[in-house]
This record gives sequence, C-alpha cells and structure tokens, in this order.
Amino acid sequence: MLKYTLRRLLGMIPMLLLISIVVFSLAMFMPGDPLGGEIDPTNSDPEYIEEMREKLGYNDPIHVQYWTWVTNFVQGDFGKSTQYKVQVSELVKSRMLNTLFLGISSIVITYIFAFAMGMTAGRKAYSKLDHFIGGLNYFGLAVPNYIAGVVIIYFFSFKLGWIPFGGSHEIGLQPGTLEYWISRFHHVLAPAIVLGALSTASYTQFLRNDIIESSRKDFVRTARAKGTSESKIYNSHILRNSVIPLITFLGFDIVTIVNGAVITEAIFTYPGIGTLFLNSVNNRDYSVLMTLTMFFSLLVLIGNLVADLLYGIVDPRIRID
Amino acid sequence: MSEHTKENKGPLLEVKNLETAFPIDGEYYNAVDDVSFTVDRGKIVGVVGESGCGKSVMSLSIMHLLPKGIGKIKGGQILLDGKDITNYNDKEMNKIRGKDISMIFQEPMTALNPVFTIGFQLEEVLFNHFKISKKEARQKSISLLRSVGISRSEDVVEEYPHQLSGGMRQRVMIAMAIACQPQLLIADEPTTALDVTVQAQILDLLKEVQSINDMAIVLITHDLGVVAEMCDDVIVMYAGEIVEKTSVEELFENPKHPYTEKLIDSIPKMGVKQDRLGSIPGIVPSLKNMPRVGCKFADRCPRAMPECTTITPLLGEVKDGHEVSCILYDESRPKERANA
Repeated sequence: MLKYTLRRLLGMIPMLLLISIVVFSLAMFMPGDPLGGEIDPTNSDPEYIEEMREKLGYNDPIHVQYWTWVTNFVQGDFGKSTQYKVQVSELVKSRMLNTLFLGISSIVITYIFAFAMGMTAGRKAYSKLDHFIGGLNYFGLAVPNYIAGVVIIYFFSFKLGWIPFGGSHEIGLQPGTLEYWISRFHHVLAPAIVLGALSTASYTQFLRNDIIESSRKDFVRTARAKGTSESKIYNSHILRNSVIPLITFLGFDIVTIVNGAVITEAIFTYPGIGTLFLNSVNNRDYSVLMTLTMFFSLLVLIGNLVADLLYGIVDPRIRID
Repeated sequence: MSEHTKENKGPLLEVKNLETAFPIDGEYYNAVDDVSFTVDRGKIVGVVGESGCGKSVMSLSIMHLLPKGIGKIKGGQILLDGKDITNYNDKEMNKIRGKDISMIFQEPMTALNPVFTIGFQLEEVLFNHFKISKKEARQKSISLLRSVGISRSEDVVEEYPHQLSGGMRQRVMIAMAIACQPQLLIADEPTTALDVTVQAQILDLLKEVQSINDMAIVLITHDLGVVAEMCDDVIVMYAGEIVEKTSVEELFENPKHPYTEKLIDSIPKMGVKQDRLGSIPGIVPSLKNMPRVGCKFADRCPRAMPECTTITPLLGEVKDGHEVSCILYDESRPKERANA
C-alpha cells in the first residue's frame, strides 16, 4: 500500500505541471492585470507606469513569467495579494481554519442525515416513509443553495433572530474559550446545513438504491438461512457492501470541504476560502487566484487518491498490496 | 441434539398440502400446488424436476426464505420435528434456521458475502445460536473447515470469498450449514454450478457429513445421476406438483409416470450406443398458462389420452410406497370417477 501511495504521489507531479500551465494560461487570458493594485494610484504618469511594469516583470516573455511563477511557487512563495497587501500564504492560512470548520461541520451533518435516511428508506423501500424521504431529498436537490441560503437568512435571522446574519463568530470573544466555540458553532450551523443539503440528498438516494439492490443478493439469503436477524443483515451485511460505491463521493467531499462553499460562504458572508476566491476573481488578485486554483487541483488529486486507498480498505476484492 | 428430538417419533419433516403462490398482475398463482411428503431422520430425499417445476420455491417455503412481499405460503402445513412452523415469523424462524434446518444454495460464487472473511461468516452462525467466545468460535470454525476437506483451514478463515474456488466456497457453505449440527439440510442444486470433478467431491462430502451427523437431507436437483448416487427416496415434481414418489431403486427399475420415464430416457446409458438422447419436447407451462383441469403434463406427454385434459389425476399408491399421479393407473383417478 505504501509503495502504491508513493507511486501515485509521484504520478501527481506531471499532472500538477500540466495543471499549472492551464492555470497560468487562464490567468493570462483574463482581461486586465493586477498592475493597478501594485502602483501608486495617485501617480498616473505613463513613464512611471511603464517603469513599474518593467520592474514587476509584466513585460517579460510569457515563458519567463511562467518560470518565475513556478519556481517561486514550489519554494512556497505564492506571491503577495495585491488586494490585501499581505503574503498569499498568510491570507490563505487565516481563512483556512474557518473553511475547514464549515466544511467538516457540513460533512458531519451530511453523513448523519444521509446514513439515517438512506438506511431507513432502503430497508423500508417503497413504503410511505421511503417516499417521504425521497420527496424531501428531491426538494433538497432541486432548491439551489443560494435560494435556500437567502430564505434561511430571511426567516431564521431576520424574522426569528435564531441565527446570526453572517461572520464566523461574535466579535470580542476570546479565542479558545467555551463561548467562542459555541459562537462558532452557532455561526456555522446554517451555512453548513445549506452546504450539506445537496450532498445529503444525493448520498441518501444513492445509499437507498444500493441497499435495495444489495438486499436482493444471494448472500443476504445465505445470512437469513443462518438465522441472522434482520437488523444485523441490514446494518452489517448489506450496509458494508453498500458503502463501497459511496467512497467515490468521499473523494469529492475532500475537495468540497475546502472549495465547495464559494457561493454559500458569500451568501452568509462567512470569511472563508470561498469568499476569498470570489473576491480575488472580482479584484483581479492573480496571485491569490492562481494559488487557490492550484490548491484546489491538488486537493482533487489527493481526494481521488484517498478514495482509491479507501476502496481497498472497505472492499477486499480490490485490496492493494 | 435438539431438546425436542426425544419426544417425537414421527418423521423429521412433514409437508402437508403445501401451496406457495406468486402474484402475477395482482392475482396469485400457485408455483407449488398441493405438495405433501415426509422426510425421515437420517434419510436423503431427492427432489427432481426440470427448471421451473417449483422445487426451489418449495425448499424456500420450508425455510421461509421466499422473496419478501412477493411469494407467500397460501395453504398447507410444514411440520418440523412435530412442530408446526408454517406460520412462524422471522424471529421464530431465526431460532431454527441454521440450527435445526440449514440450507446450501446453487451458486457458491454469490452465496457468500464478498466483504467479510470466511471466518466471520462461519462464526456468525455459531454466534447466532450459541453463547460462545470469539476464541472458541474461531477454533470451531477452523475444525469445521477441516472437516469439510479444506486443509489449510487456519489460513482460509482469514481469507475472503474471492480468494477461493467455486468448490472451496461450496465446502465453506457446507461447513456453515453443518456448524450447529442441524437435523435437516436442504441442498438446492448444490453441484449445478461446479465442474464435474468437483461435483463428485462435493456429493461425497455431503454423504460423509450426512452419515457423521446423522442428518436428513432434502437434495434438490435436476440430475437423476445425482439422485441415483445419493438418495434413499425420490420425489419427481412437475409444474408445482408431485407426479411420482418412491424409493430410488423402484424409481429406476420401475418408473410409472410417463414424465419420469422420459426423464430416465434422457440419461445416457452405459454400453448402449445411442444416436440421440431422449428429450421431452416443450417446456413447463408458465404459471399463468397452467391448465386448471386435467393433467398438467398432458400436452407434452407421449402417452396422453383424450381423458387426460378433463380428468385431474391424484397421487395414488400403485404399489407399496410407490405413489404416482397419472390416470394410466386407476389408483390415480379421482374416486367418484373410478367408481362410476
């Protein structure tokens, strides 16, 4: 397994190089450049601007610019945000904690709901309860999260005042205290539910369908013939088989933890990576934009690797030596 | 081994007028129609018939393993060791399934759960019925695997089904089935999916475990060769009904029902040069198109008479312990007609 992992990690290098070329090209094709953020806005002398362009390297040939970026990037120098005037790494670090917190909360919520609903619906297939859960899920799938977000804010924050409008915690609380963490949970709850609704729905239906299919397999009949109780058949024999295809989703989830929240974070004005990403697009903050895109790509690759390794753990037939 | 064995001196399994039905377009049709037979302790009873004759449905009915919400027992009685288990619910059945009756299936490739080790699946049946420790269960399962002829059983308990061959898996299934020393084993075409050489080994194994544990076996097969080799008594089924019931010697020496005759005809004979094996034209009629009156075999029967489509034959005893359902024999004609 270690050898396999190492081989996969090595295989990522050429992949990342290709991705970096794409990311760099896309940034080049975007209209405008971040020059505006780098120079003294009060000085509009064309000579000064030209001088700054030369100094900042905007006049270098493209391959030189690419090379400069890549070499700096691999050395951990992601550049400076033209918008916030701080190192990109600093910026990402400060937002990452919030996003991770949101992403993990959302996934925990997703898993709890999806497994509870999916297992019930699969076991009581075609019953009223199953149809109800199905209806709920299709509703969850059908409502876009920006609408769900706005509706939730309107009712629960504006009308009822149960949840805060935005932010990640109350201002003025000492980090690390109990109040601070309660406040964080309070702030993350609504965006986490909205963020998780979509994947909860797909997880649930997927799990339900797979449970129905597995329950018709021969090994279920064998288990019954052994005198195994119905709940044990469902919770162990069938579930263990039905979890295998769900692993594919888990690979995507790892990416979702970090970047799936772009829209949701924006609606709830939650200060995470998603909001940062959106802002950097709007303000042509190239160094942030490119760093984040590279980071997301890396996560996709890692997510896939983790999923592949997990397959081997849950399914002995594809166990990797 | 079971508490209630001492009391009951009657047959181990008694099936009386069993009817199992499946719904087609909202109406129930009998896949097993008025089937009665008994299985004595320590005996092997063969159930033969071609595909679709209801032999698997019958065995699943006894185990209460019919597909949920689809097939159902409509009438009749199933008595195991004198106890009526016909209306047992899942919980009651779970107490006897695997312990008093167990079953092995046709497809060893899919009958085991692919994600659990052999040991886990074997020990499960022990945990279901006995209070034993993990260690004891592991030891027991290793010795069970050895008793079904798996030599490296210490390794096999840690392995997964996909690492074993079809024959090995069927051995594992047998080990599972005999783990709690049941009185009755139902084997539903246990060798059909296996290579010919492996078939013989599995049959030998079944015979061996049968004699060691003194259990009764209901052996479902479409292979008369298997019946000849293994069974004490034979039941021939056609279209959900029993058409002939007798001892194995009598069946081969003196088959009565035209269907049985044709079945025996279709086995190649040693030392006889045959151009073509005998075959029976047509197939078993589907449930929906089953004739309601008359003999169900009539339109495929080489000896059919006009009466066959109007008189429904009954199972009648033509000779000591030899019952047949065909109006060629007076014993099979319904009484009022026979008297008339």
